[in-house]
This record gives sequence, C-alpha cells and structure tokens, in this order.
Amino acid sequence: MNWEVVIGLEIHTQLSTKSKLFSGAAVGFGAEPNTQTTLVDLGMPGALPVFNKEALRMAVMFGHAINAEIGMSSVFARKNYFYPDLPKGYQTSQMDHPIVGKGYLDVMLEDGTTSRVGITRAHLEEDAGKSLHEDFQGMTGIDLNRSSTPLLEIVSEPDIRSAKEAVAYVKMIHSIVTYLGICDGNMAEGSMRCDINLSLRPKGQKEYGTRTEIKNVNSFRFIEKAIYTEIERQADILEDGGRIIQETRLYDPEKNETRSMRSKEDANDYRYFPCPDLLPVVLTQEYVDGIKATLPELPSQKAARFQSEHGLSEYDANVLSSSRAMADFFETANTIVADAKLTANWVMGELSKLLNQEQLEIENAPVSAKAFGELLVRIKDNTINGKTAKDVLQAIWNGEGSADEIIEAKGLKQVTDTGAIEAMIQTILDANAAQVEQYRAADEDKQKKMIGFFVGQVMKASQGKANPGLVNPILTKMLKG
Amino acid sequence: MFEQSISTLAQKLRNKDISSVELTRLFLARIAKLDPQLNSYITVSEQRALEQAATADALIQNGKGTSLTGIPIAHKDLFCTEGTLTTCGSKMLNNFIPPYESTVTSRIQQAGAVMLGKTNMDEFAMGSSNENSFYGAVKNPWNLDMVPGGSSGGSAAAIAAGLAVAATGTDTGGSIRQPASFCGITGLKPTYGRVSRFGMIAYASSLDQGGPMAKSAEDCAHLMQAMAGFDEKDSTSADTPSEDYLANLNAPLTGLKIGLPKEYFGEGLDSQVADIIMAAVKEFEKLGATVKEISLPNLQLSIPSYYVIAPSEASSNLSRFDGVRFGHRCDDPKDLLDMYMRSRAEGFGTEVQKRIMVGTYALSEGYYDAYYLKAQKIRRLIKEDFVKALDEVDVIMGPVAPTTAFGLGSKTSDPVAMYLEDIYTLSVNLAGIPAMSVPAGFANGMPVGLQVMGNYFAEAKLLNVAHQYQQNTDWHLQTPTMAKGA
Repeated sequence: MNWEVVIGLEIHTQLSTKSKLFSGAAVGFGAEPNTQTTLVDLGMPGALPVFNKEALRMAVMFGHAINAEIGMSSVFARKNYFYPDLPKGYQTSQMDHPIVGKGYLDVMLEDGTTSRVGITRAHLEEDAGKSLHEDFQGMTGIDLNRSSTPLLEIVSEPDIRSAKEAVAYVKMIHSIVTYLGICDGNMAEGSMRCDINLSLRPKGQKEYGTRTEIKNVNSFRFIEKAIYTEIERQADILEDGGRIIQETRLYDPEKNETRSMRSKEDANDYRYFPCPDLLPVVLTQEYVDGIKATLPELPSQKAARFQSEHGLSEYDANVLSSSRAMADFFETANTIVADAKLTANWVMGELSKLLNQEQLEIENAPVSAKAFGELLVRIKDNTINGKTAKDVLQAIWNGEGSADEIIEAKGLKQVTDTGAIEAMIQTILDANAAQVEQYRAADEDKQKKMIGFFVGQVMKASQGKANPGLVNPILTKMLKG
Repeated sequence: MFEQSISTLAQKLRNKDISSVELTRLFLARIAKLDPQLNSYITVSEQRALEQAATADALIQNGKGTSLTGIPIAHKDLFCTEGTLTTCGSKMLNNFIPPYESTVTSRIQQAGAVMLGKTNMDEFAMGSSNENSFYGAVKNPWNLDMVPGGSSGGSAAAIAAGLAVAATGTDTGGSIRQPASFCGITGLKPTYGRVSRFGMIAYASSLDQGGPMAKSAEDCAHLMQAMAGFDEKDSTSADTPSEDYLANLNAPLTGLKIGLPKEYFGEGLDSQVADIIMAAVKEFEKLGATVKEISLPNLQLSIPSYYVIAPSEASSNLSRFDGVRFGHRCDDPKDLLDMYMRSRAEGFGTEVQKRIMVGTYALSEGYYDAYYLKAQKIRRLIKEDFVKALDEVDVIMGPVAPTTAFGLGSKTSDPVAMYLEDIYTLSVNLAGIPAMSVPAGFANGMPVGLQVMGNYFAEAKLLNVAHQYQQNTDWHLQTPTMAKGA
C-alpha cells in the first residue's frame, strides 16, 4: 500500500541561562556530581522555587521568532511522578497556559520547496537529574546537577510528512535558537533532544493512524534514521494486517532499530495541577514588545539579505545563513574580500571541506574570518591562483602564519611576467617536439583536448605559480608557431 | 516571671533586673518540670538557647537589640532550623537536621530572640487536635484530659503553661487560631503572603501561613515586627512593605464597624460559646464599635473545598519524602518500588496517608474537573463573599471553633466530626485574609476564643482591635493551675 507518514516533533531545548530555572545554582555540563545544586534543586523540605526571569526573556524571544502568540499570563504546573532523580516527586512545567502559543515556521526542503510546519506551543519546564548506574556496586547514584536546568519544549503540529522534512525542521529550530543565543545547540551534550511522534495512514485517508513516540533522539542523523526505521516497522505491521500499539519507544543507533519502552497502559497519570509555589507569569505588552525589538536578524531574513545585498543565489544564501557562526564568518571575511561570490564559494567549498575532515564547527575553526579574507584577497588580486590558495589555507590552518607571510616564506607568488612565461613555454615546447608536431597537425577540436597537456607541463615547471590566465593565451599563440 | 509580657520582660532585661541567660534557664527549668505532663516540645535546644541568651545579654549590655532580644520563645517543628532536628511531627523526618534556617526563624533569631526548642504538632500540620503526632499527643494545660487543638497544639500549650513567652505557629485551615482558642492564648494568622514560607515544610502551599502565637495581641505584634515582610526566596510572598504593628495598638475603636456573619451562629455552635462571643461583641460596642449582621453564604462549602485543595497540594508536596535523599528509608529495600512504598508506609502516619490518597484521587485524570477545579471555583466564591463583606465592615467577628477543647481520643474515630471543628476557620485560609483568635471567656473551665477577621494586609488593624479588647478584659491573663505549680 502507499502509506503517508505523519510526524509531529517535541524538541527539548536547553536554555543557556547562567543559573537554573528555579534556583540560583549555576548551569553547566560535566561538573562533579551534586556540586551545582541548591536546596531547591535538591528538593529539600521547605525550599521554594524562584522563577528565573532570564529564561522568561529567552522563551518570549523564541515566541517572536516563530511568529507565535505570547502567553500573557502563563502558569507553571506540577507534573507528578516518582523517580529517584526527580527530587521533588514532580517536575515543574507548563500545561494549560504555556508561555508560547500557536506559531509556525516555513521550512526550506532540499528540493528548494518550502513547507509550513505549525508549532502548537512552546513551554518552559525544569529538567530532572541523572541516575548513575555504574560505580555503585549494584546501587544507583543520583546526580542532581542537571535538576532544574531550564528547558523550552517546542511542540509541533503533526504537519511533517517525511524524514527529510523532519530534519529540515529540527535544523531550522536549531538555527533559530542558536541565532537567538538562547541555546548553545550542542546536541551531543543534550542541549537539544527530540521526541518523535509518528504514525502511518493510507495515502488520501483523513484520519490519523495510531502513533508511537520515539523518545530522546539527539542528533540530526539519528532523527532521520529513527524515522526511516520506524516507518518501515509500522508499515510491515500494517501490511501484515496488524495493529500499531500506542507506546513510547527508544531508538538504538547501534542496532538502528526502535524498541518498546512502555505502553500506554503503563503510562503515568501525571496529575497536573497549577504549582501553588509560583504565581502566574503575567506579562505587559510593553515587556513583550521590548523583547521583540531586541531580536537579532533571523536565518530567513539573513538569507534574503544575502541575496539582495550580495547577489548570492538562493541556495548559497540559505547554506551560509543556516548557522549564525557561518553567516558571521562569511560576512566578516567578505568585508575584507569585497567579492561575495568568491567568499561564498570558498566558505562553502574549501573551508567546509577542512571543517568536515576535522569534524569541527566553524566557530572552532583554527582560521579566523579575517585571516581567511586576507587569503581570498590574494586570489582576487592574482597574487596566487586557486590551487596555491588551497595549500596556503592548509598552512594557515596549521598555524604557519598569515596568508601573506606564507606566500612570502614559501615563494608562492604567481608569475605574471609574460617574458618569463614565454621563456618557460619555449623550454617546454622544445622538450616536447613530438607532441608539438601532433598538435599542429590536429584539427581544432583535437587541439582543444591536447592543450591541457602543455598547460600541465607549464604549471608543473612553474611549481603552480604561473598565472593560468596568462599561460593559456600565450601557449595557444606559441603552439600555432 | 513566666507570665510577663514581652514589653515587660524586655524592660527587665534592659534594667538588668534579670539576664537573658537567667530568664532562659528559668524557662528551661519549667519545661523540664512541666512538659512531661504536656508533651508540648519535641526538641528542647538547651545549648542553642543558652548560647543565644548569652549573645543577647551582650547585645543588651551594649544597648543594642530589639524588644525580642533575649526573650525565650519556641518554634513549631515545621520551621527548618539549621543544625536542630526538624521533624514536622513525623517519623518520616525523625532524623532530619536541616542545613538551613527558615526565613521566619532566621528573622526572629536576628531580632535576638532565644529559641528554647521545637514544639509538637500534628504530623505535617494535618489535624485539629494534635493527636496525629509521631511524638505523641499534646495535652491541654487547662485540663490534661483535653486536646490542645491543632495543628500548632504544642506552641499553644507551651505558651498557656508558661513554657515559652511566645511561639511561632502555622495556619493552613485554622492551625494557629483553633489551638489558641482551646488553650486561651492569642494567635494571628496573617494575610497569605505576609510572612515568608521559605523553610516552612509545606502542607498545602496555597493556604499555609506562618504567624505569631503569644499571650496577648501586643506580644503577637512584637513577633510580627520581626516575622513579616517580603522575602525574595518565596515567590508568593507579598512585595509590599510590612506595617509597624506596634504603632497603632492604642488607636481608639470608636466607629469600628463589626460584621457578624449569621452563618457563624447557626446550628452546631455550642450555646455557651455563642454567649461568650456575643458578650465580647458587647464589650466592643462599649468601646464605640457598631455591629451589623452580614452574610458569608458559602461558608458550608469551605469544608469540601478545603478538603480537596489541601490534600491535593499535600499529595504533591509530600512526594519528595521518598527515602532517596533524606528522612526515613525502610530497611533492605528489594527494589525501587519497594523502597518507595515501604519508606512512605512506615514514615507517614494514618492521617497523612489518608490525605495523600484523597489528594492523589482528586487530581487524577477524569476526576480533576469534578474535584480540584470545582473546589477552586468554590474558593473564589468564598473569597468574593469576604471581599464583599469587608466592603461594608472593618472587621468580622465570630467564634473560632464550635466548641471548647474536646476530650483526647473523643473524635479520633470520627474524621467528619473532626473536620467540622474547622468550619469557622477554613474559609479564612481559602480567602487568604488575616484573622486572630483572642481569649474571650471560659465555658466549663475551658477557654473560648473570639475570632477577628480583617481585610487583606490589615494585620495592624486586627492587632489594634484585639489589643483594645485586652486592655479592657483579662481573659488573656488567666493562667492554668498546672502552670502555677512551678
């Protein structure tokens, strides 16, 4: 049968506040267990939560970025369940009155089309601690450093229809929260985690099928693979005449499979009710508008500007604006180069290649945007050619100095003296008399193919320094004899 | 000496008639002698008390300190006290020594008061007789066969018997006012938010409020000076300046408009108690007040509303007592579930377990709207009743409880009768307004308290009203026989 997949995503975004959602304890990754806690995070009797206004500001920023209604009176609610790393026996979250209401994002797909994904809501909640099962001789250790870390849970409508669209959507959210500076976007450290709600229905059917929820998927690649795997699993069951069980599943990236965690029957009754220790968060229009005024340029706005201001193609503009760090790198370099197309090509080409090889993010590149720009200037002014520039980039990457220093030290300056080039060519022609004869006997088409041989010889002889723009016409002229 | 007011004692301390260490020793000796009959203290912190007294004496020597400096008082055992056992009357916290101090006890300590110890209470403040304590029932100093009321029964009994000059209490549904009434002392439940809840072990967060208990309104005012005020550590604390509670105690009551809600004088009210309340109201008329009948039509609904909201919040608040990080943990748990179930079954008493179950049920999917949401709607109606009434009158008066203190064990088998004890007090907590219990007479040898309710943040007004009454009556000066023996 022809199945249509229906996907809704819940993305847990860790907000990059200095302190926790309800206490003054520092937020951080990798500290000694239970060192980043206060009475509140430990759930001590009599301890009371105090709402971190910075988290509020960040949530409102996000709301603006997705064109959402801001909850002018949002309410914290308690989600009650017992777990050893949930110190109070409840998680403080938001239920009926979230801080961010309905919004949407227009997501650009690989084929260049755009699809609109509705966002149901985004609410603030505190994270739980961690249970540590190793090193305790069969017992469990509890680390409450993460307890009360602020999360913004972004819930989409079931508007997504493919794995690629899901990934594009998550990437877009990732890009927005990092642009806004409200999340470090570090998925490996759990700063963004995704729950995938997925169901299948025969193409054309209106009603949704029974869905499963895949919990806590934490990389773009795993999101895509988990979706493919789960689509396949559900389709197999349905095509065998079976029924999907509504349940929570886990994705195992090592085996590339999802497996059941708990069924709906085992689900907790969380007994949500408004948290009596926290007052409703009532906002003024002035506050909400004030935050709107502080919004930085968002990815889609930046992409549009890159097209209009720099004349970049839509594709280039979208790639360069997908991360704020890359966009900033591009813009800083281009202020030096003043050739957007050249800068764009090199950022997306050679620089990205090196970053991929070393598995680095652009913000951690050993080449600064300034050093990169200075290198491109030397291409632009014909000091070096593109091939040499790749070597110079590698040398800058290795910390050998600036572009000019390296060009100078290694004597890489392009030969642009036509007399020198003519002399070089003459030597080549003399040494390859047979090939010259063949060339002269050939027709125009054949000659075009054969000229590459001579160009290669010249470049080799010049150690790549001969200006290809000069070599070609001189060579053609001299070959004619 | 033990019967003196805070003002008098403060004067004596400044005149060097007595030192704080001497005064503290005097109270510690009384506790040692009389408390075995009453069981009003769970912990007597003799060492801490004597150290604080010595510090207080040094301050007084240098002409520093406040009117509370050097005054021996007690704290209800649900205020966390750093380094001192804090049990909340429960086996669950039988081993809990907080590493921090509650805002209330910290402020009182900063004012220089001496902490004699921690007073007994109904477990997790759930009860109206102080019979629900893991540490045993407290007896009423006026008659050792009677309950002292609850849940701040230990504080009330200790003050009445002269085992502390004053004490802190907490009031979720009447837990300051009802024991104050039963023991013949004065107690104030402030407006919700006036006194910080930080470090107060929560029962029902939207209703809990700490307040002073003492022999007189003036003594309560001295405590309020230290206790009240905004606390950034409590998000529900009122961000408005607290008043000077001593400044207006002597303002005349001429023109004071008193409302008597007809629902407070209906069926179920003991006729002797009714007579005493009406006599007290007459006294106010003599002082220049006018009286009019008012109506609080939703009074009856306060019991079902309260007994949904309070247990609902409690069921969540008490989830943290799971045996993982502090408090009681069962021996040799088989697995996680076994640890949770046995730790909680062993650590919590019957009444606490009952309320956790009621609250869990009320919040459950499918029942939430019918119970919790409906109870909140009723709560709003009750609040509106008070707001409307207090538009017309300055204060509302009535009984604190339908009867005087009842016999130990007489109502333990009938929870509904026990819950009905709180009919006149619960609605005040649901509305969040302040209210006092003021000694107004005796019926069959047991004290009767007059309840005075006022508008939001009108604590100074209530204290003024109570103080003027006490300037013209001596019910608050009566001392039970057992207290005179030492």
